Amino acid sequence: MISYIIKRVLWAILVLLIVVFITYLIFFMLPSGDPAVRLAGKNPNPLLLAQIRAQFGLDHPWYVQYFLFLKHAFFGDQYGWPGLGLSFTSKVPLKNIIFERIAVTAQLAFGAAIVWLVIGLSVGILAALRPHTLGDRAAMGVAVLAIAMPVFVLGPLALYVFWFKLHWLPGTGYYALGRYGFSPWFGHWVLPWCVLALLYAAFYARLTRSNLMEAMTEDYVRTARAKGLSEKRVVLKHGLRAGLTPIVTVFGLDLALLLGGAIITESIFNLPGIGQLTVQAVGGQDLNAIAVITLVVATFVVVANLIVDILYAFLDPRVRY
Amino acid sequence: MSEPLLEVTDLSVHFPTEDGLVKAVDGVSFTLMPGETLGVVGESGSGKSVSFLTVMGLISRKSAVIGGSAVFQGQDLLKMDNDELRTVRGAKIAMIFQDPMTSLHPFYKVGDQIAEMILAHEDVSKKEAGQRAVEMLRRVNIPQPQERANQYPHEFSGGMRQRAMIAMALSLNPDLLIADEPTTALDVTVQAQILELIDRLQSEFNTAVALITHDLGVVAEHCDRIQVMYAGKIVEEGTGDDIYYGPMMPYTWGLLRSIPRLGHDTDRLTPITGSPPSLIYLPDGCAFSPRCPYVFEECHLTEPELLPVDGHHAARCHLSYEDRKRIVTNEVLATP
Repeated sequence: MISYIIKRVLWAILVLLIVVFITYLIFFMLPSGDPAVRLAGKNPNPLLLAQIRAQFGLDHPWYVQYFLFLKHAFFGDQYGWPGLGLSFTSKVPLKNIIFERIAVTAQLAFGAAIVWLVIGLSVGILAALRPHTLGDRAAMGVAVLAIAMPVFVLGPLALYVFWFKLHWLPGTGYYALGRYGFSPWFGHWVLPWCVLALLYAAFYARLTRSNLMEAMTEDYVRTARAKGLSEKRVVLKHGLRAGLTPIVTVFGLDLALLLGGAIITESIFNLPGIGQLTVQAVGGQDLNAIAVITLVVATFVVVANLIVDILYAFLDPRVRY
Repeated sequence: MSEPLLEVTDLSVHFPTEDGLVKAVDGVSFTLMPGETLGVVGESGSGKSVSFLTVMGLISRKSAVIGGSAVFQGQDLLKMDNDELRTVRGAKIAMIFQDPMTSLHPFYKVGDQIAEMILAHEDVSKKEAGQRAVEMLRRVNIPQPQERANQYPHEFSGGMRQRAMIAMALSLNPDLLIADEPTTALDVTVQAQILELIDRLQSEFNTAVALITHDLGVVAEHCDRIQVMYAGKIVEEGTGDDIYYGPMMPYTWGLLRSIPRLGHDTDRLTPITGSPPSLIYLPDGCAFSPRCPYVFEECHLTEPELLPVDGHHAARCHLSYEDRKRIVTNEVLATP
């Protein structure tokens, strides 16, 4: 088990190194033109360019730049750890911005994840235990509708109904828990969480249903029944355990990708998360910010994969080797 | 004569499907005495597994129309609700299955799976259940049972898994063990070991055994009585000697010719031609008539009854006793 975990961690580090290299290649080697010229603004002069090159480390050969990039990312720079450099547009350290944005996106992602897990799993389990009944068909029909409904339709629609018409919930924007207290914070999160979660809930309900239905036909479930166990125990301990394990993998990756920013949801509800930052960075051609966001998202995915792999080994003894 | 342990009367299991009614089991009756070994032989789809799964209450009543009765120790299993059935399953009737690879839950330790069954029926501590699981593994000849109990099924070989299944099945000292093709998925050498193990444990625990198999060779050696099933019905029943040395039904002859026998030329194994009939559209008359080499007019018109040949030996066939006797002596049992 220990050797398995060590192996997985080493692999994750290798993958991250490769990701950094590719990111670096794409954002610093491939773009044509001198980034210093772009940074200098409308009236570049040689002195200013030299200054910029020194400030952003552009005066070194590319491989030195790459190792500096690596060194800063892994060991920190003058602005702390991890060293993410300066924004090319606002010229302030990216570290603080990124962490603030991640905090917002993380609240969105984890809140939505709780909503969709609760709804998706319970609907899926109930449907699987009563397959082909009216309830099952209705639930799966709604699920198909929900999967077909894009967030950019559902978001404005939800805002229109629950904010503009019914006044049940406050409007858009981010109200930090520490500054505004629980009620405004929670109120402003309800719609984004539910809107973002709906698609996932529908998808998870269908996935849970089919996985559990398949698990319930397995020979070992028949054995569990033949042992004289209660139906509850047969379903929960023998069926669900096997049926839900594959969902761990899907969930890990879904959550990791969401932590990289939900661009549409964040835009509709005006949430200053990673997704919004991405849109701004791309619009302003802030190369360093884009590179750093890519790196952060990649790290989330790699770490989530690592956690899923390790968790899986705990859940399924056949995986350990 | 003592009370029968299990008395199945006119059992029928019909599955309504989109294509029509599948008559998987159709009017099956038999009795099983305490401590007796009953062999149930037939091809895939002959209804041999389904009849016993039904007795165990493992066929969903939502998917099947079940008729008849199965009286076990004075109570009709088919009339029990799930809670009542649960006290019988595992504790009084235990079952082992064809594929030991998939019959144990891959995520739980073998010892825990055995202990779980003990805990479901008896009020004992987890520790005691665990110790009894180890003891059962020892009794089915699993070396180092203490360590093995702590392992997962994928760390066991196929034969060992089936031993573990047997250990689990016998851990509550059931009155009846249903073994559904227990050796089909195993190597030939392991098959013999498993059957010997069942034999030995049966006498130790005084358990009745229903041995379901498609291999007539397996049941002949290990069973007190044998019933041959075809297309959801019993077509011949009798003692091992009856079936092996004086079979009275062409289907049983076919089964005997298709297994190698000592003293016979093994190059000349004869398979039964054709394939089992659709259970939705059964042939008129005798269900075996389309495949029977001795078929005559009567066979297509009426279905033969299960009639006694002598003593407890009975068979379903329109051929006269003399004809069958002659065919058995001259063709089926004759050493070439």
